[in-house]
Amino acid sequence: MTGPLLSVRDLRKVFNAQAGFGRPSAGVRAVDGISFDVEPGETLALVGESGCGKSTLGRLILQLIPASGGQVMFEGVDLVHLGTRPLREMRRRMQMVFQDPFGSLSPRRSVADIVAEPIDSFGLAPSRKARREMVADLLHQVGLPSSVMDRYPRQFSGGQRQRIGIARAIAAGPSFIVADEPVSALDVSVQAQVINLMQDLQESRGLTYLFIAHDLAVVRHIATRVAVMYLGRIVEIGPKARVYAAPHHPYTQALLSAAPNPDPDIPKRQIILTGDVPSPSNAPSGCAFHTRCPIAQARCRMEAPELRPVGGGHQAACHFATDHPIPVPS
Amino acid sequence: MSAVTERLDLLAPEPSRLAIVRMVILNRPSTIAAVCLILVFVAIATAAPLIAPYDPLAQSYIKINQSPSWEHWLGTDQFGRDVLSRMIYGSRNSLIIGVLAPLVAAIIGTTLGVVAGFFGGIIDRVISRLVDLLISFPELLLAIIIAAALGGGFWNIVIVLAAAFVPNFARVARAQTMAVRAEPYVEAAVASGVTQLRIIMRHIIPNIAAPIVVLMTLWTASAIRLEASLSFLGLGTQAPQPSWGNIIRDGLNNLFGSPWPVIGAGLAITSVVLAFNLLGDTIRDVLDPETSP
Repeated sequence: MTGPLLSVRDLRKVFNAQAGFGRPSAGVRAVDGISFDVEPGETLALVGESGCGKSTLGRLILQLIPASGGQVMFEGVDLVHLGTRPLREMRRRMQMVFQDPFGSLSPRRSVADIVAEPIDSFGLAPSRKARREMVADLLHQVGLPSSVMDRYPRQFSGGQRQRIGIARAIAAGPSFIVADEPVSALDVSVQAQVINLMQDLQESRGLTYLFIAHDLAVVRHIATRVAVMYLGRIVEIGPKARVYAAPHHPYTQALLSAAPNPDPDIPKRQIILTGDVPSPSNAPSGCAFHTRCPIAQARCRMEAPELRPVGGGHQAACHFATDHPIPVPS
Repeated sequence: MSAVTERLDLLAPEPSRLAIVRMVILNRPSTIAAVCLILVFVAIATAAPLIAPYDPLAQSYIKINQSPSWEHWLGTDQFGRDVLSRMIYGSRNSLIIGVLAPLVAAIIGTTLGVVAGFFGGIIDRVISRLVDLLISFPELLLAIIIAAALGGGFWNIVIVLAAAFVPNFARVARAQTMAVRAEPYVEAAVASGVTQLRIIMRHIIPNIAAPIVVLMTLWTASAIRLEASLSFLGLGTQAPQPSWGNIIRDGLNNLFGSPWPVIGAGLAITSVVLAFNLLGDTIRDVLDPETSP
């Protein structure tokens, strides 16, 4: 296939806080004009702190929530303006792995019913026997024995539940999976197992991932490219090695410098940001980061920077991006 | 990977539905008493003509206001009618209304509530305001208003009580639906391409069933009580037909002449209400996957 698998253009989501009969108040711009491409077979990691709009973006791409504007081109089809029925058909090709391994599996349905949900909704199994065989095969692919089929989720640990969730996500044979912090609710020892499973599946099934995370160590392990979000916008995007080695946006630099470093010999040069994340319902003028940026100048308050290339397929949204590529210890 | 399989072999076998029911009942022996009591009342209502010692409508002025005796176990009322026979026949009206009115209300109310909670927006606003309008009247007052418009009679009482209960079911169903709708597994179903109707049937209804069933048993009690109140006001079961409610009404006029109608019908209402409440608690436990063993 040529060209990107997924192409997001100027995607926007405004949440209106409505109070009963009252007029809608100024909306929260959770996703504020985001554009990027995802190439087939890659893993694009989306990082950023809580509340920056990562999960909202993931849900917008799958059209689990309606967009306020923009385009999501998936396999050449614009999902934003697609009707209910064709959109449902497209869901065969794109799936989601959820953050909460407990809430994302219905407590009243057996493992077989949960895993087979996409199979049932798209009518992929010709008979009950075929359905059981498909479920057994899917469970096997995620490292669970088929004997768990008739059990209920409450008997499983977080890691096992996440495997069940992954089996459900691959059941209809998607090409693209949005993984919304799939390991952040798991123990560290189990995280590695689930990450490895996701990588194995990516290889064997040719999957493309949008991997939402806030753990930079996990991202470093799984990502092909990294996109950094701040207040509903992508501030930096580029190949993993380049973003980690030479972050251009001051926010990325601060984020990377805050990640714990296991090597005690490397001196710590942590960039401490002052202040809190501004409310997305009242975002700062110009560059949204200027209120906390160590290198902000007058121009940053007036003019919002666009993403611009800084070489090697690497883009940053900072007026001074090329002027200060400070390497951060890794 | 082998570590995963090893641990899974140790899982306890999944208990069957029957095993869950058995365990919950063992944990709550009162359930057996409640079920037996309900069955006894149902048997009495069904076999009323066979077991009633007298015609419930037969009056006799030579034996009014009698205390219990071997001939009249619960005595007689101010018209000399046998109280026991009237209660046995009255159980028919009271039980059927007690079960039917909440059932009808649950079906209509849950449908309204689920539709409002699931689809939201303008649909939710219209339904919710309608429900608010109905709920602003106390059940009894609402029942009286509708009963006064429709008149008495068995089916009218069912309609009246069901209409009075609908808002309660709708409110609970709406709130529960909104809570379940926000669960990640519902979002997962949407992502899996499951249609809205299937999501409602497979995910929403099973997960809101427990509180609705409990509510039904609670309103069963209230239905019997309200039917009694309506009968007491002369809007329910029409005299001389007996129901537990109008047995109490007639009895109250003559409480000091013969207290036995009031005591007997009062006890019957209390025990049926208690039995349904106990049964409701147990059903809630069986339906809840977190509390069932």
